[in-house]
Amino acid sequence: MLQVSSSPHIRDSATTQRLMLDVVIALIPAILASTWIFGWRVLLVTALTTGTAVLFEYLSRRLMKRYNSIGDMSALVTGLLLAMNLPPTIPLWIPVVGSFIAIIIVKQFFGGIGQNFMNPALAARVILMLSFPAAMTRWAILADRARSATTAVADQAGRLDLIATATPLYIMQNQGDMPSYLDMFIGIKGGCIGEVSVLALLIGAVYLIVRKVINLWIPLTYIGTVAVITALAGQDPLYHVLSAGLIIGAFFMATDYVTAPVTRNGQIIFALGCGIITALIRLFGSMTEGVSFAILLMNLLTPHIEKWTRPVPFGGRKYVKG
Amino acid sequence: MLRFGHFSGGVHPKGNKNTHFYPTVRLDDFKEIHIPMSMHIGPPCTPIVKVGDQVKVGQLIGEASGPMAVPIHSSVSGKVTAIRKEVSSAGRSVEVVLIESDGQYTRDESVVPPVVTDTESFLKALRDSGLVGLGGAGFPTHMKLKVPEGKTAEFLVINAAECEPYITADFRQCAEHPDEIIEGIMLVMQYLDIPKALIGVEDNKPLAAEVLKNELTKLELKQNLKPDISVHLLKTMYPQGAEKMLIYSLTGREVPSGKLPIDVGAVVLNVSTVRFIAKYLKTGMPLVRKRLTLDGSGLKMPCNVNVPIGAMIPDVISHAGGNAAEAGKIIMGGSMMGVALDRPEASIIKHNNAILVFDKKEAEIPQETQCIRCGRCVEACPMHLMPTMLDVGARNKDVEQLEDYHVLDCIECGCCTYVCPAKRYLVQSIRAGKGYVRQAQAQAKEGTK
Repeated sequence: MLQVSSSPHIRDSATTQRLMLDVVIALIPAILASTWIFGWRVLLVTALTTGTAVLFEYLSRRLMKRYNSIGDMSALVTGLLLAMNLPPTIPLWIPVVGSFIAIIIVKQFFGGIGQNFMNPALAARVILMLSFPAAMTRWAILADRARSATTAVADQAGRLDLIATATPLYIMQNQGDMPSYLDMFIGIKGGCIGEVSVLALLIGAVYLIVRKVINLWIPLTYIGTVAVITALAGQDPLYHVLSAGLIIGAFFMATDYVTAPVTRNGQIIFALGCGIITALIRLFGSMTEGVSFAILLMNLLTPHIEKWTRPVPFGGRKYVKG
Repeated sequence: MLRFGHFSGGVHPKGNKNTHFYPTVRLDDFKEIHIPMSMHIGPPCTPIVKVGDQVKVGQLIGEASGPMAVPIHSSVSGKVTAIRKEVSSAGRSVEVVLIESDGQYTRDESVVPPVVTDTESFLKALRDSGLVGLGGAGFPTHMKLKVPEGKTAEFLVINAAECEPYITADFRQCAEHPDEIIEGIMLVMQYLDIPKALIGVEDNKPLAAEVLKNELTKLELKQNLKPDISVHLLKTMYPQGAEKMLIYSLTGREVPSGKLPIDVGAVVLNVSTVRFIAKYLKTGMPLVRKRLTLDGSGLKMPCNVNVPIGAMIPDVISHAGGNAAEAGKIIMGGSMMGVALDRPEASIIKHNNAILVFDKKEAEIPQETQCIRCGRCVEACPMHLMPTMLDVGARNKDVEQLEDYHVLDCIECGCCTYVCPAKRYLVQSIRAGKGYVRQAQAQAKEGTK
């Protein structure tokens, strides 16, 4: 018996599973850095979000009598991203609620992988943030090793506590002492599990770019837009870039395939929009939630952006001789 | 070396040009051949031989009817044993002339060089030779070269890109017969009054470009001839050899949607086609043999062969150490655009340029999963379409969406399906989508009548 199928008869080695695995690998440095900064509880929260995300994916597919999709690893990625968006001190039942929102409500209710209209992990974060604001903003105390690593800061005990209990953006909005650029880059600051160490995130981002999982259009446009607008507003753009989730948002959330446009021009418009909204919320809003809201709002616009930026087919333009 | 523009999009599959350095082997050992009476776009030919007739190589056996058809000639000498209907490689029922070969390959008396004096006699000779585009589409060459009134051919574009993985038949053509290629180009330029010719070669085959350029230098030194023919290395990128992409890469002109190359002043011929023209005008031997690449995991000895048209695929692949009974998949043509056969018993036809045999493992087809909207297909599409949207439109039979996203511009090159990480059958579904649109357009036409 000969196999008969439509051309082409050869396929690229990239698979959905492999792409998702690459994202998982890219997030490992950030998890490790966070564990070093905040302690073992980080791993506990991460295990809880990933475990429950995969479990909810499995159960919901089973209940809906659809094929089992946990093998594509997208639920694992969602679980990891959710963990990145929670403070390490979070009460342990909240991550479970978060997984439920992300997987069941945002992803599976709309048809599973590829069908969700907004990023599941981010949507879960925002819902948790609005529902449990206190728990979601109780920032961690730095682990002792992270403390001693910053001897320069350790001299001023009072200041260290401040750093440890608030995010840089919060400090900035409340005119507090800011942590140094270096501390912010390495991750000696308060914040969510995934957003603290810019260095670790960038290592993962470089891996994703090398593996051609993401391109630089969205992250660079996004970060650049925020930097330009905050600079124009007279604030320090570097602090804005290094703080609170812009790096993780730009490289890991805004680049989510499902919820960003598939066209190149669309991706640039999408990222510009994310940058503008983020900067405006940071400059004028009462919350520090710029990145999450910006990406979610732009997610909603994605289908429209895609329509506006449909490529002109080859030979569709009025052709120019010579 | 000059390098012009380059189309955007495309993919870079593994070349697998394993047969690059194997000279073409002429195979003659065929007991019986099956010559289909339809090897071109256009109406099929009518057999003019009877069962029991003795035929010789080059003898006319199928008469062409209508301007789109070309005649068919016997590729062996021997006895006609049957004329019957068989299912063709394209899945249609077609009349086939079976000839038992005597192994002598006696040349028919009718094979004499044609008298060619002007454009008209040139095109007539091409039609009589049974020539169709040897690149793969099977479009009669004399029709392709007929420049419509009001249009001028400014460029002759020679396709030696050979962007399909595995296939090296055109490369072998360049390496083995560069003189006749240049000769053929000059003939076409002369009789069609085309001032300039551009040869496009992918830059993974610098040797092909080199031999062709040497040939041009030789012409200049020995005969003091300096035809306006240039050889261009193009970026190795599938589908560089697609007509529209090739014209764009070489001249920077975009063939408008729904139009033909001549609308931008280009005439495109495959390198093997021009070589055949030169040979035919010298010898008068019509198109009865074909050079093709045999490759794939199901063959022990990949190679290039020259076989009589009508040879049966199981006989041909056995020469390359292949066994049709154990094959997982047999592809007529390349791995990106070829047709998978449902049974091995099919004949080699005029525009075949490869037979690929995959073993059972390579023939396995991946499980299709849900689209993750990664946008790789959009990035890869050389026609700048959105395959993912066309896929959705086709599966929903949404004619409006299909038209909106320009489904009829798709050239079915396979780039989108090749890159898709979700392993979706995009080309297959887009082909179906084209069918829905054509059907709807035909119905609309009926309605307005």
